[in-house]
Amino acid sequence: MIVLVSLIVIFIIYNRLIYSSESYYPSIALSPKAIKGQNLWQSNNCWSCHQIYGLGGYLGPDLTNIYSHPNKGPDYINTFLNSGIKSMPYFNFTEVEKEAIIEYLKVIDQSGFYPNYEADIEATGWVKIKYKDE
Amino acid sequence: MNSKYPIYFLILALISLLIGVVFGLSASLQYIYPELFKEFAPFSKLRPLHVTYGISWVILSAVGSIYFYLNKLQFYSYRLLKIHFILYVLTGLALYFSYLIGNMDGREYLAFTPVLVIPILLGWVLFGINLFKTLWGSVTNWPVYYWMWGTGIVFMIYHLSEAHFWLFEDFRSHFTKDMAVQWKSYGSFTGSWNMLVYGISIYVMSKISKEDKMGRNKKVFFFYFLGLTNLMFGWAHHTYLLPTQPWIRYVAYGVSMSEWIVLASIIYDWTLGLSKNSLAQHQVAVKFLKTADFWIFSNIILALFISIPAINYYTHGTHITVAHSMGTTIGINTMILFSSIYFVAGDINRKFQRMTFMVEFGLKLFNGTLLLFLISLLVAGVKRSYWIHFSDQSPFSEMQDAQYLVYVALFISGLGILIAIYIVTIPILKKLIILARSY
Ligand code: HEC
Repeated sequence: MIVLVSLIVIFIIYNRLIYSSESYYPSIALSPKAIKGQNLWQSNNCWSCHQIYGLGGYLGPDLTNIYSHPNKGPDYINTFLNSGIKSMPYFNFTEVEKEAIIEYLKVIDQSGFYPNYEADIEATGWVKIKYKDE
Repeated sequence: MNSKYPIYFLILALISLLIGVVFGLSASLQYIYPELFKEFAPFSKLRPLHVTYGISWVILSAVGSIYFYLNKLQFYSYRLLKIHFILYVLTGLALYFSYLIGNMDGREYLAFTPVLVIPILLGWVLFGINLFKTLWGSVTNWPVYYWMWGTGIVFMIYHLSEAHFWLFEDFRSHFTKDMAVQWKSYGSFTGSWNMLVYGISIYVMSKISKEDKMGRNKKVFFFYFLGLTNLMFGWAHHTYLLPTQPWIRYVAYGVSMSEWIVLASIIYDWTLGLSKNSLAQHQVAVKFLKTADFWIFSNIILALFISIPAINYYTHGTHITVAHSMGTTIGINTMILFSSIYFVAGDINRKFQRMTFMVEFGLKLFNGTLLLFLISLLVAGVKRSYWIHFSDQSPFSEMQDAQYLVYVALFISGLGILIAIYIVTIPILKKLIILARSY
């Protein structure tokens, strides 16, 4: 019983820390336009094929840093969205909607790196990741 | 005294399973033929359906089993039980129709439109009331499985709500936090259902072996607390590569490694020969539990390795993660839940305790094809990881094309699993329907 109570107390403190924005850097905020992009991302189930930070489905590529990718970027994304390439469904986004999705991908891009190619892998099994503002 | 609603839950669960595997198989076809029926049934629609039915199978069969076991005691309220069942049937229908009209504006795993979480949560509350009211009198003397069920329900309610925190501005507007909390909730959400399912397995084992001690010794309580610690703090091994502060990931790394103790204990028990205990009663239930034992052993090794950040760095974002999640949901959870359902049927009618040729065959097919399925996923994962880290950014489609044979193997083994599941499910489903009618 004591074990259970102490676990729960630690859990409550822990949750407070996790829910506080200080636990993440850099602190990236979504603009209303990016939120609109996120809505489209959710209602069209982009996550079922694509990943962000390696999380999502594996039928398509990861899109975390596509926005700042030297050979890709906003125009490239724009042409892909309604292309219906391979298994990707035929979407019929308007220009405004496409811009919102691109804005969302821009915010994601600014939050960090994935894959984190410059991470340090240590002998202890620990991985020191590289953050965006470093 | 037992009401027939627990049986109804189990029937619904088995039907979900039968539907879920069909969606899974048809989705996997699109790995081989990316453009196949993508116009009317794209992967992005099939996958959420597969996941929803899969989760429904686990949840409904766990809930039905626990209700059945509680019904053997002074059960609190049959009326609430009935309301819970009706509520879930209606929610299931609403969910299905909202998917049909293309309304899936939730997130991965919980793709349904967010309002539907309200009746789902309400169902859990009803379940919780019934469980605690039924068992409260004996709380000072609970065996571990009551603790596990109680904990599972409370944390399920919490983490299911947490998975919808994104509806609040404060979470949603902050990208990294939102993503971390989303994956935190998923990790703990599966931890919660594991509490229900593992609790069921201990219950079934102790009832079959008629050893009440099994649910009461120090060791099982130790594992209960270890599991709870993992449920609370272990989730961040899903997000080692998300830019959270290092301490969150340190905690997850440390906590996840505590599971080595579980592995050590399994090996120790094995050498003691506990699993040799051949039991005459409940042959089928015992057989399923032993199968689960094997998959627990192989999965825990995989899980432990991919929780080491240095290894996770390479396996994350590949099918190796899927091998882990499918290994646990299909290999472990499904086997335990089948064991429980066969135990329930055998408890009502002893005739159903005996192993039949078909079930024996289905189980063999299941093990063989699941092994092939997991190996295909591991191979696909290694290839994808190689592409991510060492291929100098060759095009995605090139990597996918190179996976052709692996995806074919994945599909064929998936088909095998589907057939095996049908072989095992149909007879017990028929039995349950007969039992429900004769009540
Ligand atoms: C059914 C699966 C599927 C869904 C759903 C899907 N995609 Fe795709 N997407 C793909 C595949 C596969 C590719 C890669 C095609 C190729 O290069 O061979 C792709 C490529 C892309 C690319 C180009 C990536 C690159 O690095 O070249 C972008 C951008 C993209 N998708 C955005 C989206 C967005 C936004 C959504 C949701 C509105 C979405 N996709 C939904 C499968 C999907």
